[in-house]
Amino acid sequence: MKVAVCVKEVPESSAPRRIDPTTLRLDRSGEGTLNPWDLSALEEGLRLVEAGGGEVVAVSMGPERAAASLRKALAMGADRAVLVADDAAAGADLVATSRVLAKALEREGADLVLFGQQGSDSDGAVLWAAVADRLRLPLISQAATLEIADGKATVRRQTEYGYDVIQAPLPCVVAVSDAINEPRYPSLKGIMGAKKKPQETIALGELGVPADEAGEAGSGTVVRELKQPPPRGETLVIEDDGSAAQRIADYLAEQKLV
Amino acid sequence: MPTLVFTEHHDGEPLRPSLGVLSKAATLWDDTAAVLVGSDVAPLAERAGAAGAKTVYVADDPALGDPLPQPRVDVLARLVADKGFDTVLFGASVLASDVAAGLAARLEGGLNWDLVDLRLDGDDLVGTRPALQDTIHVDVGWSSTPQIALVRSGTLEPVETGGTASVEEIDASVDDWSRAATMAEQARAESEGPSIEEAEVIVAGGRGLGKPENFALVEELAKALGGAVGATRAVVDAGWYPYASQVGQTGKTVSPKLYIACGISGAIQHKVGMQNAGTIVAINKDRNAPIFDFCDLGVVGDLHEILPKLTELMRSRRGA
Repeated sequence: MKVAVCVKEVPESSAPRRIDPTTLRLDRSGEGTLNPWDLSALEEGLRLVEAGGGEVVAVSMGPERAAASLRKALAMGADRAVLVADDAAAGADLVATSRVLAKALEREGADLVLFGQQGSDSDGAVLWAAVADRLRLPLISQAATLEIADGKATVRRQTEYGYDVIQAPLPCVVAVSDAINEPRYPSLKGIMGAKKKPQETIALGELGVPADEAGEAGSGTVVRELKQPPPRGETLVIEDDGSAAQRIADYLAEQKLV
Repeated sequence: MPTLVFTEHHDGEPLRPSLGVLSKAATLWDDTAAVLVGSDVAPLAERAGAAGAKTVYVADDPALGDPLPQPRVDVLARLVADKGFDTVLFGASVLASDVAAGLAARLEGGLNWDLVDLRLDGDDLVGTRPALQDTIHVDVGWSSTPQIALVRSGTLEPVETGGTASVEEIDASVDDWSRAATMAEQARAESEGPSIEEAEVIVAGGRGLGKPENFALVEELAKALGGAVGATRAVVDAGWYPYASQVGQTGKTVSPKLYIACGISGAIQHKVGMQNAGTIVAINKDRNAPIFDFCDLGVVGDLHEILPKLTELMRSRRGA
């Protein structure tokens, strides 16, 4: 089975994050790393292929330097990595990103396309549904467990009401929750071996995506301005002297909450 | 500038996040429409009308009974194209997020998500989206149509306008590939009491409870207040409480009228899920816990002493 795992480079979590006031985009000039949520998707893909044979390919869109972050996917065990890097792809929103990613995935023709739960940078958690629609592939999101048998994916997934069990024939798109597994750390051997694994960087032209359909030009949304969020009201903090329960009860009554 | 609001429902009830978006849209435009997709959903049209819809489009088909996104994208894409809607709004949920993103790709319409407000600047729709863990607000707009938006659950409250809507049945057919994913088993509410995202009162517990058995203290208080139980990621990961109750970045985003945080430090992971609560009461023994920076009433003390007393006070109040 061929598994394509969509991954993304994000700013290193320890670095202070800021939005560039001129471009109104997230400042990505600092250290980059693989989106931590994508590690669960990678882990799941690796486990499936370790158990049943096949190939795991990490697929990404980002600046050329993101190739360094993709090496972590290879160090964890992915067989190869494909990075769509093109100046014209910068500043892409959901419609533009999904357009490019769908083309890259079409080129791979995987049996299973995996996504992580969200991007740690934009908190975006919708890309898979846009990609699945473009590929005309069945979609299952929020997977807490994933089983592949008889050409079919079976997913147990958490919703607001409990757990659904959803099935879909392969090929399909599955977005996993981070509850699905505990991602492995790359071994020393994995890290050494990653340098020898195939890593491909492709431009938009090779995917047949015109520059004006990618990046900021191909996006359907705009950022207008940055604002300070409204401050919260006063905070009253008391020490319990034995009367705290009564004081909470009185406060709730005053606020007409009970 | 016709606007369509996806009106989600569960167990025969329209969801509050959807109705909240509908009421908001009705204040921005005169001709807001709602769409109901499902099986036996026609009776809900009245509720959508009361929340502000002038027209309710109904795709009612037993084949649409399971809450799966892709058939809904087919129905919505056709409706939006046929009627020329240039704005489609959703109250965020697991289902609505997948429908909205699928629709955005299908119709090449911009999607802004996690919005906490919508307004008009002249004729332009503007959304407000918190970023960088809610430390900054970003005003976002659209450069393509339809303009599609997902509004953070619990940020917009339904307002009964008392209006009535005209109801129109629409084509409920879907493509074969959209039907490929099937529901083998559908989620049913596992816990008693209101669903956490719809609850007006939430009592939540964190590591400060000390051990899983102490969640009983939280449950008792929630019961006395007629509320739901929430949990932090730390205790869910530790297996103390089910994931379905998790509030936070990786769990649910809630905005009840009252949130009582018990033994919760207020890590950013949790904060983003509950900071929009109307009133936040925090009980924690650590005076330096971050939650004391963003609660309304904070109590530094032992929750094992305070919770049983508070539960008793609430019970006697209810009984009185």
